[in-house]
Amino acid sequence: MDARAPSKPLVRMEKITKRFTGVTANLDVDFDVRPGEVHALLGENGAGKSTLMNILYGLYRPDSGVLTIEGKDVSFSSPRDAIASGIGMVHQHFMLIPSQTVWENMILGLEGLSSVLPKRAIRERILELSSRYGLSVDPDAKIWQLSIGEQQRVAILQMLYRRAKILVLDEPTAVLTPQEAEHLFVTVRQMTSEGHGIVFISHKMDEVMGLSHRVTILRKGRLVGTVDTASTTKEKLAEMMIGQKMIFSIEKKELQPGKPVIECASVCALGDRGIPAVSRATFMIREQEILGVAGVAGNGQQELCETLVGLRKVESGAIRVNNEELTNSIPKTFIDKGIHYIPADRKGTGLVPNMNVSENSILKRYWSRAVSKKGFIDWKEVFSFARGLVSRYNVSTPSMETPVRNLSGGNLQKLMLGRELSDSPIAILAVHPTWGLDVAATKFVREQLLAAREAGCAVLLVSEDLDELLAMSDRLAVMCKGEIMGILDSPAETPVEAIGLMMAGTPAEEALASAPRGGGKS
Amino acid sequence: MKLSIKVEPRLETPRMLGIAIPVISLAAALLSGAVFLFFMGVSPFQAYSTIIRSSLGDAYGLSETVVKAIPLAMAAIAVMLSFTMLIWNIGAEGQIFMGAIAAAAAVRYLFVDNHLAMFAIMFAAAGIAGGIWAAIAGYFRARWSVNEIITTLMLNYVAMNLLNYFVYGPWRDPASLGFPMTAPFPDAARLPSFWGTRIHAGLFLAILFPLIFWVILRFTRWGYEIRVMGENPKAAGFAGMSYIKNVVFVMFLSGAIAGIAGMCELSGLQGRLQHGFSGGYGYTAIIVAWLARLHPIAIILVSFLMGVLLVGGETLQIVMRLPLSSMLVLQGLILFFVLGGEFFRKFRIRILSGGATPPIATTSAKEEK
Ligand SMILES: Nc1ncnc2c1ncn2[C@@H]1O[C@H](COP(=O)(O)OP(=O)(O)OP(=O)(O)O)[C@@H](O)[C@H]1O
Ligand SMILES: [Mg+2]
Repeated sequence: MDARAPSKPLVRMEKITKRFTGVTANLDVDFDVRPGEVHALLGENGAGKSTLMNILYGLYRPDSGVLTIEGKDVSFSSPRDAIASGIGMVHQHFMLIPSQTVWENMILGLEGLSSVLPKRAIRERILELSSRYGLSVDPDAKIWQLSIGEQQRVAILQMLYRRAKILVLDEPTAVLTPQEAEHLFVTVRQMTSEGHGIVFISHKMDEVMGLSHRVTILRKGRLVGTVDTASTTKEKLAEMMIGQKMIFSIEKKELQPGKPVIECASVCALGDRGIPAVSRATFMIREQEILGVAGVAGNGQQELCETLVGLRKVESGAIRVNNEELTNSIPKTFIDKGIHYIPADRKGTGLVPNMNVSENSILKRYWSRAVSKKGFIDWKEVFSFARGLVSRYNVSTPSMETPVRNLSGGNLQKLMLGRELSDSPIAILAVHPTWGLDVAATKFVREQLLAAREAGCAVLLVSEDLDELLAMSDRLAVMCKGEIMGILDSPAETPVEAIGLMMAGTPAEEALASAPRGGGKS
Repeated sequence: MKLSIKVEPRLETPRMLGIAIPVISLAAALLSGAVFLFFMGVSPFQAYSTIIRSSLGDAYGLSETVVKAIPLAMAAIAVMLSFTMLIWNIGAEGQIFMGAIAAAAAVRYLFVDNHLAMFAIMFAAAGIAGGIWAAIAGYFRARWSVNEIITTLMLNYVAMNLLNYFVYGPWRDPASLGFPMTAPFPDAARLPSFWGTRIHAGLFLAILFPLIFWVILRFTRWGYEIRVMGENPKAAGFAGMSYIKNVVFVMFLSGAIAGIAGMCELSGLQGRLQHGFSGGYGYTAIIVAWLARLHPIAIILVSFLMGVLLVGGETLQIVMRLPLSSMLVLQGLILFFVLGGEFFRKFRIRILSGGATPPIATTSAKEEK
């Protein structure tokens, strides 16, 4: 069923304007969603994508503009109203209740339930929906037991359960593995074939080109235009987004790695649930090199990084930094040594959402002599440091006093990256450093990591984006179930199939033997 | 036409509401207090005016209000400190007792006939005793995640019984005709009073502590750590801050300040240790700290207002023959409305007429400004 071109839109937004203190997030934006289409929303970090969709979802009220559903003006004062009108949204940082089960989360906030919960009926409905849309999930599992990809399925199911006709997905693939993303696209296609309308926000051009029917581009809160995907190219879209041509390629210098900075010998650690998360990890990272870590998310990458900065107990094994044994030292020791860590969980771990930009900018250097003297913090210095960070890393924020919870997803990220990359670290542990960043920012961050490498820094790069890993890494470690399956010395020449096999748990020798030699991506 | 009421979360709290909400909460509390007083059979108007007149109407009333505000401000600073870190020290009452017991012990066993030296000794003894009392709960919380609300509360009863043991037992003054109290302290162990009133030197501490902690929280490295730990303990760990160490330390400091409040009350006002000596300052301080939104300077102000209520309440008891518990009801109402006010800081209520939904264009959302 292809009911795109002439059909009437399910929802139409006209001349939407939304201002926050100090910024205009949306200015006279028009947007609509037709039945059976995937409408992609593109724009740089802070362009106003999430804001526009939050208005559609009833979270914000616009300063001006009209929202119409099937020709009738509507006004939402809460997501509840939006859902009642068939609009659902899965947020960039969506929230489920970790201690409750999938089916309990499903009915969260639903009105008009009988006081005795019809658990059977609810479960049946979940199972029916999940088989129809390929969203397999166990209704009785507790949320905390699920991977982030599974949690996202629950969040989508939650919306389908509420009979959403229009589903907004705000950067859904940022946290997914390529396989999980493929899976999601199958679900999306199933929904559009049934006449649902999907709004798809992503910074990944390939996904946008592959999945969407139309693309709307925002720049600095304004509408640049809406185009048919079939009649455009990646380059054109990027140009509309940024306002100028953009070169995608990055340049990586040939460098001779120096002496080891971090050495790990047989490190074992437990995960949050008390089961082994890292087993016998042995590797080293040298000066002037990037060690990539490939693997499906949740296979111990994050736990491994945490042991390397003292945030997780090492059960056995040893960690040495510049030949000094630091196993199970406190985090401050690692920070003082110059090991910087970019955690995946930005809002929860890397930043303090309720504190402002300048306060967050010194989270890891508040004791340094530059900003504090005799126990007192010199807020003037902090301000100028924060201002420098914001301008160097192009963080768009109304002011240094803005609480960081008000920054857009990508800008949060840039602020944190800037903080971790300054102060000339000796090693950087970067977990998904380009999650949620727009193309320009992604390129910028990669360049910064390469620059750090040139400056002699040892870099550990955890990512699920194999292209990124192959382009950036000097060596590549592949992790599966907490074990390092092997470390490839020339990842770019290894067949991708072999890496895939290793990610699935095949030891390196076996994987290399079974995959056809031939180099590069085949 | 059908009306429906909607509750929706606020994404930003307008600055104006920051002031309006506590004021309105207080007004609502007084209003419902008036209803309560009415049902108690007294004229609310008369009752309130009695409260105001007796506490602010003359020099004596005013001085008594200040006398009440002194321990309140100190104890409120104590609990504020722990609340800032999201540690719920509700044991200021017990820590006040411990401070007083330690100060009394100092007078008994370490007496020096010199005002300044005696003050220093009592100050240290009270601080250490109150501090340790709270730090115990802090350590249990930090080390084994034992809920500090329960431990601090329990320790209140232990402290109270300890005090009773001393005043009924070994420290009882034989000349007290059987009353549970120690002998009056010698002059060197008394804080000076001023202007012929009962206002004592504790006043300086009650002003100094808020100022000091305002500076600490805003401008020092340690204050920054405390705020980060209160806002996001995970980020604090990530930034290399030691949560465990700081929980214990903050609790120690919190208890120490409460202990010193107890010592001031003891040596500035009562001059002897006796049964039932605090009168619930440790609990009232929690209300004060919340009303002040954990702002140290606001605590001075709110303590004074609470002093008005306490002094006025005592007068009400005498003049209008209201039971003591009726004042507790008034206090409870205030806390209830203050916490209720928090709700309006986070949510807004809209009354919608049912049927046609108004077009968005006309409902310009001013709330974000
Ligand atoms: N609640 C808020 N208060 C103040 N400013 C806000 C708020 N929400 C968003 N903003 C600002 O509005 C602008 C647009 O933010 P928005 O989250 O819509 O961007 P985005 O396009 O989703 O970006 P990203 O790709 O980084 O997620 C940003 O400059 C942001 O700082
Ligand atoms: Mg966004």
